[in-house]
Amino acid sequence: MSHFSATIRQLIAALRGWVIFTIICGLAYPLVVFGIAQLAFPHQANGSLVTYHGRIVGSSLLCQEFTNAKGQPLPQYFQPRPSASAVSATSGTGGCNPLASGASNLGPSNPVLARDIRARQRQISRFDHVPVAAIPPDAVTTSGSGLDPYISAQNAAIQAGRVAAARHIGLAAVLALVRRYTQGRVIGILGEPRVNVLLLNIALDKRYPVR
Amino acid sequence: MSSALAGWLQAGLMVAALAACYVPLGNYLARIFTTERHWRAERGIYKLIGVDASADQTWSGYARSMLAFSAICLVLLYAMERLQHFLLLSLGLPNVPPALAFNTAASFVTNTNWQNYAGETTMGYLVQMGGLAVQNFLSAAVGLVVAIALVRGFARAKTDRLGNFWVDMTRATVRLLVPLSIIGALILVAGGVIDNFHANQVVTTVVHGHQTITGGPVGSQEVIKEMGNNGGGFYNANSAHPFENPNPFTNWFEIFLILLIPMALPRAFGKMVGDNRQGYAIVAVMVILWLAAVGGISYFEAQHAGLAPQLAHGAMEGKNVAFGIPGSSLFAASTTVTSTGAVNSFHDSFTAFGGGITLFDMALGEVVPGGIGAGLYGMLVLAIVTVFVGGLMVGRTPEYVGKKIRPAEMKYAALYFLTTPLLVLTGAGLSVGLKSPRSAILNPGPHGLTEILYAFTSMANNNGSAFAGLATNTPWYNTVGGIVMLLARFAPMIFVLGLAGSLARQQPVPASVGTIPTHRPLFVGMLIGVILILVGLTYFPALALGPLAEGLH
Repeated sequence: MSHFSATIRQLIAALRGWVIFTIICGLAYPLVVFGIAQLAFPHQANGSLVTYHGRIVGSSLLCQEFTNAKGQPLPQYFQPRPSASAVSATSGTGGCNPLASGASNLGPSNPVLARDIRARQRQISRFDHVPVAAIPPDAVTTSGSGLDPYISAQNAAIQAGRVAAARHIGLAAVLALVRRYTQGRVIGILGEPRVNVLLLNIALDKRYPVR
Repeated sequence: MSSALAGWLQAGLMVAALAACYVPLGNYLARIFTTERHWRAERGIYKLIGVDASADQTWSGYARSMLAFSAICLVLLYAMERLQHFLLLSLGLPNVPPALAFNTAASFVTNTNWQNYAGETTMGYLVQMGGLAVQNFLSAAVGLVVAIALVRGFARAKTDRLGNFWVDMTRATVRLLVPLSIIGALILVAGGVIDNFHANQVVTTVVHGHQTITGGPVGSQEVIKEMGNNGGGFYNANSAHPFENPNPFTNWFEIFLILLIPMALPRAFGKMVGDNRQGYAIVAVMVILWLAAVGGISYFEAQHAGLAPQLAHGAMEGKNVAFGIPGSSLFAASTTVTSTGAVNSFHDSFTAFGGGITLFDMALGEVVPGGIGAGLYGMLVLAIVTVFVGGLMVGRTPEYVGKKIRPAEMKYAALYFLTTPLLVLTGAGLSVGLKSPRSAILNPGPHGLTEILYAFTSMANNNGSAFAGLATNTPWYNTVGGIVMLLARFAPMIFVLGLAGSLARQQPVPASVGTIPTHRPLFVGMLIGVILILVGLTYFPALALGPLAEGLH
């Protein structure tokens, strides 16, 4: 009996402990962080949203699609990486959907992945008029999140000619803009050089609008 | 600068940052758990819980408090998930189904954070913030205080008292985890991690498409997810999601948070047993094996062997451009050698050997440096096994840090390290053998076996990362996985506390000529050898059929 009542006492203490720690760690703490974050870093805390033409068009941290109504890539825009976060999982169309973040999880020896990569290489080779050997890995693989806002500098470089032609401007002008929007490694050593597709495309539209 | 050189400098900066924190944080940890003084706020908490803060507990009392608390946390987290629809900030999401709710509750209470759900479409903000993230704090604290109880077993003499569970829990939370989390969360948000309570917001994109932008109190949860070695993502994509980990700086900082406390705990151990050299020996083992994992994964991912990586000219499937090969490999190694399980890239798509190392890292038993607390107690058990093996060689009763390792201590140590392989191999074996669990495999060939092996290695080591192609939101994986996680967490903890009680009762023995010095490079080498041999003998057959078969094919 005393053993039983000791157990009950333990459980009551545990229950009270849960309530107190939930108030501290699950209510007070996140609200303090939320409050300071909203005051000190509102832009970041609210998703690094991008405004264009007076409306919010997305987030600089999330890729978005630059396709026509049929889902075909628009040549006048730089294209983001392939995305495993499809708008409709059943049809596999679309991508860059924050409601379905995730990766393909296809393994290195999976023939399905090999088939996907070959198909993407063929599509890019046709679309950009470049040899398959020049296409960098990030252009034909899906990212970890399906929301990768960045492409590699080499990926931007192979798309520049097609974008320039579609906008009837010189290649040099596009490449100069790409260079301006290429971010290097943080403090020279962290991460990899990269180009933010959404910000680059908005800069293109502002400077060289499609007629 | 080449990508590889930048990668090594990135890792070097990590080593430097951790080295700078080793002494101050380790000393602080030791002080938290040895000082007699209670803060006024803490005395208030003890009063509300209804415990006598001056009452030290025996090992079994400590274990009972720990189990009672964890049981309550399990039941109430389950209840919150099941009643989600009726709670505030539910985003209109339905109640979590029973099997999934059980799996998730077990997963977060055991510090595993295996996730059979996608956060953005399953969990409302209140369940995330007031349920899951609370367990991120509390399960980390539970692991930490059990390790501290074991250290007290070494540090104390001729007593059956190991400290008070509630005092240790309160201090771990109030003095360590919450203050560090506030600082860390603000650094993350400054770097771009979101922290808001917006409902999903539909925007019209540049080319007039639609995109739903998600919200959530992510920053406050992200920091403790990493620092508490939990690893459960706010979103399905975990730390690969740009809202959780937007850029190379936050990536580096999150890896730093993952390693911070586990790497400083050996200092607290050395300090509390009165011999800092013991701490240096232990942390040397941790750093050597961690860096070996970083080097191995980085090498194999950069080599990009295999059908798909060769076709694509690089192993970028499942990786983000901003992190690249070095930033993804450093994260993958660090999250699997600690029991964190957060991912910034998807291990299922790694090369056969690169992904194989992430699996091997977990199989090491999460000790280099392992999860918060759990890593240290696991490592100390292995140190005991090492002096035992050394003692057999020279024919003397083994000792570690002044305590004799007798049959009683060895029984606890043996039970400890047998638990995990038993759960891994039984769980994986049954899942491969049964038709329905086997059909959850995504990738064909040896890789499919690796998916199942990885799942149970992850769950039974309370890691939580996945070869995520395996479709595990099924009754089998939810139920069996939940049970595996609970057994793998709490059975070893009971053995560790029993060991601590047994050690604390001993009178310390003075070192003699026959004592194996446990602070020298020789011991560091022996300990590494014991870890690798134990893991090798246990898992080699399974590894040979999975990643080795795929990589050598």
